[in-house]
Amino acid sequence: MISKKVANVTEALKGVENGMTFMLGGFGLCGIPENAIAELVRLGIKDITCISNNAGVDDFGLGLLLQKHQIKKMISSYVGENDEFERQMLSGELEVELTPQGTLAEKCRAAQSGFPAFYTPAGYGTEVAEGKETREFDGKMYVLEPAFKADFSFVKAWKGDEAGNLIFKGTARNFNPCMCGAATITVAEVEELLPAGSLDPNEIHIPGIFVQRIFQGESFEKRIEQRTVRQKS
Amino acid sequence: MLDKNGIAKRIAKEVKDGYYVNLGIGIPTLVANFVRDDISVEFQSENGVLGMGPFPFEGEEDADIINAGKQTITTLPGASFFDSALSFAMIRGKHVHLTILGAMEVAENGDIANWKIPGKMVKGMGGAMDLVASAENIIVAMMHTNRAGKSKLLKRCTLPLTGVGCVKRIVTNLAVLEVTPDGFKLLERAPGVSVEEIEKATEGKLVVNGEIPEMNI
Repeated sequence: MISKKVANVTEALKGVENGMTFMLGGFGLCGIPENAIAELVRLGIKDITCISNNAGVDDFGLGLLLQKHQIKKMISSYVGENDEFERQMLSGELEVELTPQGTLAEKCRAAQSGFPAFYTPAGYGTEVAEGKETREFDGKMYVLEPAFKADFSFVKAWKGDEAGNLIFKGTARNFNPCMCGAATITVAEVEELLPAGSLDPNEIHIPGIFVQRIFQGESFEKRIEQRTVRQKS
Repeated sequence: MLDKNGIAKRIAKEVKDGYYVNLGIGIPTLVANFVRDDISVEFQSENGVLGMGPFPFEGEEDADIINAGKQTITTLPGASFFDSALSFAMIRGKHVHLTILGAMEVAENGDIANWKIPGKMVKGMGGAMDLVASAENIIVAMMHTNRAGKSKLLKRCTLPLTGVGCVKRIVTNLAVLEVTPDGFKLLERAPGVSVEEIEKATEGKLVVNGEIPEMNI
């Protein structure tokens, strides 16, 4: 067994520097690497490019890094829930590349899988496709989208083992599996870190080969963005 | 004239037995409430769930189980979770049968704009561009006119596009229309709405052939 276990978040984030590109898993606030984000805030590194579906809310998730002006550029599909984000974007302090959600996921997966680029129909004929190569296949037009390149991937899983194997829970899975192995170093934080052999190999979502460092997160707030309930009748 | 629930109720009639359906945010979300309970349908949410159920009871919310609108949800028997790449494989690969989404503008050539108002709204397209570029069967649910009373069914879209030539069918508070090479073909009128009222509220070319029936909802 090749161990990927590191003692804590500080060790897990060794090597992060100003100006790097990071992938961060999560959809809204669901399944975000809370511990890695808190450590990035603590380290105060600047000029980072974040690839993440959303940008958090004003006081949680990536919003914490935005507050401290640590992010230079965001690559996301939807950034609607963050006033500070909108302010920084409209004032030109923050560079933003809006990317269709499926394309965003596939650009991660392409990086993970060793594809330099792929064709997708999403965005053809829109401003997203401006300046990009297009091609017709079977009478339909497609846009060529390159794979992402990133220095670190920060992902969050439910359970993991020392070998770096990961299991996700519910819709907290989202972009996390696509980002594993898609950057030079993948750092996984888990709610429960178990000895190798504790997880059934049949149940593994992401094999440890895609993960360089794994640690047990100190705490997970798991904030709910839109608490919606129905009445018992 | 229909309200938002009325539009959802009319669209629910387009949902057939055995369909996998993706519902957008807004009026489309309401469609789930009106689907007949004697047919089998599964709702997909692009953040990674198939077999979405109703909202949870108070105290049973799970932060790890949400829909694409970030609302807490439940799952039904037969449900599954998956990652974002696989989710869009379902959409791009045409495994999802029907996509229902809202729009700010639709053009008579089937173009749709629903993600950006330059200088004003900078929220992003989310999964909308992937959905409209891939789905075989797209129904747009929207009001026929905007808050200023201007038609949302246009000759050409004025806002940045979400997709080109992709909309097939539109259900509004006034009518059911089909996008054809000749223009917006009027299929049904909302209860109590005349063809003249629909013509007045439609900037794009409206094709009216013979007697137009009233919606049956």
